[in-house]
Amino acid sequence: MIEIEGITKRYDATTVVDNVSMVIEPRTIATIVGTSGSGKTTLLRMINRLVEPTSGVVRLDGADNRSVPGYQLRRSIGYAIQGHGLFPHRTVAQNIATVPLLLGWDRDRIKARVDELMTLYQLDPQAYGPRYPHELSGGQQQRVGVARALAAEPNVLLMDEPFGALDPIIRTKAQEDLLAIQKRFGTTIILVTHDMEEAVHLGDKIAVMDAGKLVQYAKPAEILARPASDFVETLVGASEKPFRLLSLGPVRDAVEPGGAEGEAIPGDATQRDALAELLWSGRPALPVKDADGKLLGRVTVEGLVKRAARPQ
Amino acid sequence: MKAWLPALLRLAVLALLVVFITSPGWFEPLLKPLTENGAPAIYNQGSLLTLTLQHLRTVLVATVAATIVAVALAILVTRPAGAEFLPLSRSLVNIGQTFPPVAVLALAVPAVGFGEKPTLIALFLYGLLPIFENALTALTTLPGNVMEAARGAGMTGWQRLMKVELPLSAPVILGGIRLSVVISLATATIGSTVAAKTLGEVIIAGLISNNLAFVLQGGLIVAALAVLIYDGLSAIERYAARRMGQGAE
Ligand SMILES: Nc1ncnc2c1ncn2[C@@H]1O[C@H](COP(=O)(O)OP(=O)(O)O)[C@@H](O)[C@H]1O
Ligand SMILES: [Mg+2]
Repeated sequence: MIEIEGITKRYDATTVVDNVSMVIEPRTIATIVGTSGSGKTTLLRMINRLVEPTSGVVRLDGADNRSVPGYQLRRSIGYAIQGHGLFPHRTVAQNIATVPLLLGWDRDRIKARVDELMTLYQLDPQAYGPRYPHELSGGQQQRVGVARALAAEPNVLLMDEPFGALDPIIRTKAQEDLLAIQKRFGTTIILVTHDMEEAVHLGDKIAVMDAGKLVQYAKPAEILARPASDFVETLVGASEKPFRLLSLGPVRDAVEPGGAEGEAIPGDATQRDALAELLWSGRPALPVKDADGKLLGRVTVEGLVKRAARPQ
Repeated sequence: MKAWLPALLRLAVLALLVVFITSPGWFEPLLKPLTENGAPAIYNQGSLLTLTLQHLRTVLVATVAATIVAVALAILVTRPAGAEFLPLSRSLVNIGQTFPPVAVLALAVPAVGFGEKPTLIALFLYGLLPIFENALTALTTLPGNVMEAARGAGMTGWQRLMKVELPLSAPVILGGIRLSVVISLATATIGSTVAAKTLGEVIIAGLISNNLAFVLQGGLIVAALAVLIYDGLSAIERYAARRMGQGAE
């Protein structure tokens, strides 16, 4: 669990992060979204103390993050950045082994972990381990960057626009990989993005930043349904394309197994209608019936929102 | 064919150089026409091989010292604690360069006497600037996200320097060392005016006795050394840079 309490960062007279408080539950993904310059990176970097706050506290599993020296703290927290920052003079395997080496793991353990991560990321350890970063494609470099961040089995992974440099097709794949790996290792992830679609797709909760302030911190459905301010609404609006896509798909395609209370919605209504109905009525799920009145299953807010962010 | 032609050429120059300094007598017929009044065509006041090795040793000692001092200085002024000394160190090193080498020799002789020492001092001072400048450029233009990743991974300041900053700066620093070596190879000849044992002796002997053959063989050996060492260091630089995917030729 990560508890951020009243954290503020000022550079001279300018307040870059202004009294932000939020709690990130263990084994969940929180996305931080906002326009450029809103303080997302600074907020993230105060968690691993690459930036020291002017005031406020960050606690990791109850312990103040200032209770150990900064470099030691950072070895226990994964950190992945845009443009990955791989060490160009070190091989892929050496890059991934960075933090385990700093921690003094023995050779066998390091090798086993590097191989495990490379295999997980579909990079053959034999073929790619001895290569240098510039010999990899952009997508492969990005994966190595995340593998390096995860190498020492951190409980917490901080990611600053990790997919920002990827083209849209690879980015979707990278996001799926991240979700799979988060499930596998149970890592708590804080991911900064300026892309609301990405924030909705990946986040269990979304933090919206504007001019250094946290303007809303809530589940994706809540942010989409009840934006806390005009600013949040504009951000959501900027990602309206997916909702237009929702209006093209029939509810039938979004059905999940299970039932739900209340009046059913016909299978050939649009997914957008279903979402509107759900948000309007405040129900978590709607039963879906076909033209003959046969129960097909149900649609949920979560399910529709995820589809909206990532149409299949 | 094209690719190995330069390599072959260098090999030929190297072979020629080795043969010349070990058995200069073989070249007597070639150089004879340059002499007058039956003067010797091949330097006869000492062994060319010994002079060449002494010349190289002087350059090596001065360059190693200059490299250590220049790189250490560049590291110091690029740490947060040393940043305020950056302008000062720059001007100090620059001043070292504005003194002509002969003036440095002239000033150093009364202080340390004749021989190799004043030459070493001059070469050391002259070697500093290119290495310092290059080291400074390299250390201040490291890719930002790589340095960020190094810090984010939990490296201490010392670990970042040794594991990331210096290795990444190596090709550019090597470039500075290469310049410094070539300057020193040429400047070392002047050392003979204050009795340092260098190839300058051959040239000076030629000038004094009006023997063009001496001047030519002294000059050619220095030139061949400079070309070969320059090429060798360039190759190391390219190898280091290529490994990092930079400036692959
Ligand atoms: N070291 C610094 N000194 C002064 N201002 C800074 C520094 N770092 C960031 N800022 C300023 O803080 C603001 C927020 O930056 P940042 O956290 O990087 O925003 P974001 O990641 O949301 O784009 C920007 O206006 C930036 O110029
Ligand atoms: Mg940022």
